[in-house]
Amino acid sequence: MWLTRPFNERSTQIFLLILTVAVIAVTVLHLAVPAGHPLYVSGYTVGLLGKYLTYALLAVAVDLVWGYLGILSLGHGAFFAIGGYAMGMYLMRQIGDRGTYGDPILPDFMVFLNWDSLPWFWYGFDMAWFAFAMVLIAPGLLALVFGWLAFRSRVTGVYLSIITQAMTFALMLAFFRNEMGFGGNNGLTDFRELLGFDLRSGATRLGLFIASGVALALGYVVCRSIVGSKLGRVCVATRDAEARTRFLGYRVERFQLFVFVVSAMLAGVAGALYVPQVGIINPSEFDPIFSIEIVLWVALGGRASLYGAVIGAVLVNYAKTVFTGVMPDAWLFALGGLFVFVTVFLPQGVAGLLGHLKRRRDDEPSDSETPDKEATA
Amino acid sequence: MRIPCYSWTPRVMPRIVTCLLISLLAWFPMAVQAQEDDGQALLEALDTRSFDDKSDAITAIIESEHERADVWLQALLDSDLQRLKDSGRFVIALETAGLDVTVEDAMTGEAIGEVSRRDLDRLTINNALRSQLRSAISLVELYNGEQDARLDAARRLIGNVEEEQVEPLTNRMAEEPSAAVRHRLNQALAVYRLNQGDVEAVEVLSGSLNSNVRVALNRATQSEDPLVVDAATTALADIEQNLKINRAAETLYFGLSMGSVLVLAAIGLAITFGVMGVINMAHGELIMLGAYTTWAMQQLLPGQPGLALILAIPAGFMVSALVGVAIERGVIQFLKGRPLETLLATFGISLILQQLVRTVISPLNRTVITPEWMSGSLVVNDALSLTLNRMYVLGFALVVFAGLILIMRHTRLGLEVRAVTQNRNMARSMGIRATRVDIMTFALGSGVAGLAGVALSQLTNVGPNLGQNYIIDSFMVVVFGGVGNLWGTLVAGMSLGIINQVLEPWAGAVLAKIIVLVFIILFIQKRPRGLFPQKGRAAEG
Repeated sequence: MWLTRPFNERSTQIFLLILTVAVIAVTVLHLAVPAGHPLYVSGYTVGLLGKYLTYALLAVAVDLVWGYLGILSLGHGAFFAIGGYAMGMYLMRQIGDRGTYGDPILPDFMVFLNWDSLPWFWYGFDMAWFAFAMVLIAPGLLALVFGWLAFRSRVTGVYLSIITQAMTFALMLAFFRNEMGFGGNNGLTDFRELLGFDLRSGATRLGLFIASGVALALGYVVCRSIVGSKLGRVCVATRDAEARTRFLGYRVERFQLFVFVVSAMLAGVAGALYVPQVGIINPSEFDPIFSIEIVLWVALGGRASLYGAVIGAVLVNYAKTVFTGVMPDAWLFALGGLFVFVTVFLPQGVAGLLGHLKRRRDDEPSDSETPDKEATA
Repeated sequence: MRIPCYSWTPRVMPRIVTCLLISLLAWFPMAVQAQEDDGQALLEALDTRSFDDKSDAITAIIESEHERADVWLQALLDSDLQRLKDSGRFVIALETAGLDVTVEDAMTGEAIGEVSRRDLDRLTINNALRSQLRSAISLVELYNGEQDARLDAARRLIGNVEEEQVEPLTNRMAEEPSAAVRHRLNQALAVYRLNQGDVEAVEVLSGSLNSNVRVALNRATQSEDPLVVDAATTALADIEQNLKINRAAETLYFGLSMGSVLVLAAIGLAITFGVMGVINMAHGELIMLGAYTTWAMQQLLPGQPGLALILAIPAGFMVSALVGVAIERGVIQFLKGRPLETLLATFGISLILQQLVRTVISPLNRTVITPEWMSGSLVVNDALSLTLNRMYVLGFALVVFAGLILIMRHTRLGLEVRAVTQNRNMARSMGIRATRVDIMTFALGSGVAGLAGVALSQLTNVGPNLGQNYIIDSFMVVVFGGVGNLWGTLVAGMSLGIINQVLEPWAGAVLAKIIVLVFIILFIQKRPRGLFPQKGRAAEG
């Protein structure tokens, strides 16, 4: 019931329509158009677009907590990476005895480190259902513990941002250690197949692309239904005046915790879809800079609109692909400049710009959903 | 010289003078010749296949008390004593560049220039000769060196005393003026006696931290004489206790040193973030700019690294302060009251500054030279020596901290800063120009980051990523200490440094860092306002 409500909203309908059309168009152009034709979408591009879609889902997850709850998480890359590691562990176990060392149970890096048995936390990852459950549970559990500690003692604002950053930094250092049992520096790679499908075939790549599109659509609907529900109203109230909401009798920390955990799980799903498409997961995904970059996608697209996050993620990553290909040195200048430009000149992001144009056309009063500048600060 | 003599001396004098001169002139070359012949013979004796004969030749050199004996022995030990194939002349290699070797004459020390390595024969030695040479050099230094050299020589003798050296060393001990050197010699002789099975020697050795003494005592615990075993075991336990204290002192020192680095990196942030409430993610890059300023000063003043370093202190401050003001005026002032946006914008600036350094200077690390007076270490005892550069940085951090406290407490600027942060509107209506105070405060905080960079250039690599490595730590220190509290920053930085160093031996560097991070995350949950929260209404803002 509450899940169907978003479909009545104009923005959701438009978003889902555009996403569906885009996914179908890419599929058709990839399959039906002969290679060499100007409209042909190559397998490489399909993989790239699939990656963008997982990033978009990640951005939606960040927008849910930042845009509607006022929590600037600088550690969402950690949830993304943990989801990715859960998927990576499943894919590692699927390699079986086809690895370099041919050990039927131990992944190559463990044989290389002279380990004689599988660490306990690798048990069960040979079963797909268990691994896929872990994609949700592991990031959710981390978010639950971390959030419970933080929200209970009312750590908010900049402090929360800084400790989320410290969390992902600590995890990065930990995963770099070989002793952790996650492949250390090199991470997990050399994957073969997913659910029996060869990861190197074009069809699997297309399937993963479509799956990413579906996941994005589902994630978007989940977020939209949370935001549109009464729970969402409490979240926005918390964002704009936490103390007042608390005095009205709402247990603010419970709402925060719930939304934070949902967001972390979405990030985990995004990571799990990302890993088979890029073929590797290593500790650099925990890098605090990546987490800040995600926030930039959301800021560029526009906070508290959800579809803005998708626009931002696709735009920035497309620009990154172009820039790093043409002039790699200029990318950091462009990214840094974008940070400054968006925060100073475009506080509402692209979505805000779109909304502004729409308002001008409709001559309607301002949209109450866009966050109030002063209150969110 | 002689000619004017004739003109003024009486008639008899010239003859005497001439006689004297002639005799002197005749004598002098002969004396030199004799020495050279001796030396040549001494060195010839070294050029033999048999290592036993070489050993005798070394003893002969020591006994000759030839003025260049120490140079030869050292050169022989370093495999630098060589012989020209064609002339048979003995030379000492000074520097090797590819196939060319710069040599000097072994006899006179005069420079010969470069020769090809192919034209040289090296005088080879084995391990037995090497230890003979080491103790021989020690002996020579013990007789002729300055006090420091004698002390060093005596330390090297511990555990390396040979039977035939016992008597000369005992005599030397009686003549030795310095008590410290006498003490060492006594220990060296005691180790020898202990090796011979003398129980009383243990008494001299107990409490010594020298590793060779420990080796000798350990060996003594395997001895057949139960008395010796007992005494040695007790002495070892004593020494172990003593070592523990010294190790603890060393850990404390490293902890304080690491803490001083954290304090330096964080103290500027304590001003901009703690006092002004501005999140400056480009703070690390301001530190980096300070470090690069040091490098640039050393490039401008080649050959004078010390002067350049001292000049870099004001220069680094100015550079970072100016960049800081540019950031404040260009970006931060438009984002007043929106800390999360400020965080993102300044992060963008940090990316730009990093890439700027990479593009303009180089993506590779630059070398900053440590001036001579900062290198080396202060040797407290055999188990504990404190590196000087860390000590200077520690002192520098404390000076910077004291300076900041003074500025904030006792100057007009400090008063105005506190007024503006506590109640901006009230301060403005009292006639304080709040914007100017903002600029000055930000310049101060940024300048201090530059100072941190100057200091850090002496401890770590100077590269574009220098700042990034410190930004998370710096925020942690400020938050841990309590925002807006300079003393909190000092205590937090120092204690985090010490905790890290205490954990490191058993957890490893990376795990220690992770533990500290987790500890802070948990600590902030417990006390969200840090170790020393600000009291009063200001804290609630």
